[in-house]
Amino acid sequence: MIEAPVKEPRDLLERDTVTLEVVSRKYGELAALAGVSLRVRAQETVAVVGPSGCGKTTLLELICGLQRPDCGCVTAAPAALMPQRDLLLPWLGALDNAALALRARGVSREQARATAQPWLARFGLDGFEHTRPAALSGGMRQRVSFLRTLLAGKPVLALDEPFAALDAITRAEMQSWLAHVLEREPRTVVLVTHDVEEAVILADRVVVFSPRPGRVLADIAVPLPRPRRRVDPAVVELRERALHALGVPS
Amino acid sequence: MKRVGLPLALLALLLGVWELYVDLGGADPVILPPPHDVLKSLVDDRGLLWSNFLVSAREVVLGIVLAVMVALLLAIAIHFSATLRRAAYPLLIASQTIPFPMLAPLLVLWLGFGIAPKLVVIAIVSFFPIVVTTFAALEAVDRDLLKLMRTFDASRGRTFWHVELPSALPGVFTGTKVAVVVAVIGAVFAELAGANSGLGYLFQQAEANLLIPRAYAAVVILSLFAIVLFALLTIAEHRVLPWAYQSRGDVAQ
Repeated sequence: MIEAPVKEPRDLLERDTVTLEVVSRKYGELAALAGVSLRVRAQETVAVVGPSGCGKTTLLELICGLQRPDCGCVTAAPAALMPQRDLLLPWLGALDNAALALRARGVSREQARATAQPWLARFGLDGFEHTRPAALSGGMRQRVSFLRTLLAGKPVLALDEPFAALDAITRAEMQSWLAHVLEREPRTVVLVTHDVEEAVILADRVVVFSPRPGRVLADIAVPLPRPRRRVDPAVVELRERALHALGVPS
Repeated sequence: MKRVGLPLALLALLLGVWELYVDLGGADPVILPPPHDVLKSLVDDRGLLWSNFLVSAREVVLGIVLAVMVALLLAIAIHFSATLRRAAYPLLIASQTIPFPMLAPLLVLWLGFGIAPKLVVIAIVSFFPIVVTTFAALEAVDRDLLKLMRTFDASRGRTFWHVELPSALPGVFTGTKVAVVVAVIGAVFAELAGANSGLGYLFQQAEANLLIPRAYAAVVILSLFAIVLFALLTIAEHRVLPWAYQSRGDVAQ
């Protein structure tokens, strides 16, 4: 007699997490990550900051299952990537670009559009449904790119320097916008950035990485209410602590 | 205006030099007819030229369609299979070393005087640039985009359909534009090897009968045909793939 396997009841807190245990990753002789341990709780936003080439992109690809660690262990709920460049398809309008994640898993065009349409309006993109990326502003392209990642329907979002390519004003706007979206649509977020201020504004915890090979230098909790303002003394103080951990003299 | 005007002016100058050269006794006008004789033949023989043009045009268009289909299948096949790529790519390049003018009569011998050997010759001479550019475009798709599709759980087939195939379309057009030019040459070789109609055939008959202006008229028409095909493809490309010609700018705010 065959018994049905007993399904373990897994609550939300267990399910939507990301755990890295002493993870190392090398590319030939080049070590990208050396013994990184990181735990992201469900619906927590963790920002990873570090100098260029500290293995931040490698970290996200490990979380998304695009790479395997050389040693150590990565356990992550299904994660969708938002790449550094928007990587929108130049032949599709904003609506179809946003719906790509749905089309990728076989949803029909009509169904995918119907699902994406209300989101476009909520993201301030109504009227631009059929506008191709070339005619969208940088901020709009990043919003479409983020929406595409959100519509992938994964509990974990892996954001790779999402606003690095934007000008300072648009970047500030997009940071407030993202904070607002995550409040209404909570996900487990790993945000890689080299902008310490962005990390403190958006994240529940800021993890500071060393130069290559990447190691965790500091893990700073950000127990501040939202929305956060960059001139708030508590924000400034945490920013300085993170910069100090990075070795930047104040 | 300058884009069209300057080449036309240069062409007019070259034709003028040719006209003067013959008129001043530099060459026997029976052997080298002056441009106005060629023009006269284009007008006087228009019925004959037109009916034979239709034969050649049909061969070229069908040959190109065949070449595009074969080339697309090959490019996709070697894109998907590394083994096939290693096996077929050297042979593909080697196929371009075949002396086509010699191959054409051999194919006529095998396939007869009908349209079949013409299509085969045209397809053989013109599929290569399409394979190369299409394959290059498929391989040039951003690796990060493919990774992104993997995090969206896209199957290989859906990634191909939604991302790779549309990305490769500009490559298909580029290759086809190169191909139409050589396709016309291929059609002429095929007709010279054995045909009873077509501009290549008409050329051969005219030359044998020392109707040299008519032979030149056939050359002019075939050359214009290749230019028109190239232009039509360029227009179609801009219509079908407008996104490939837009540069990214912050239009909307």
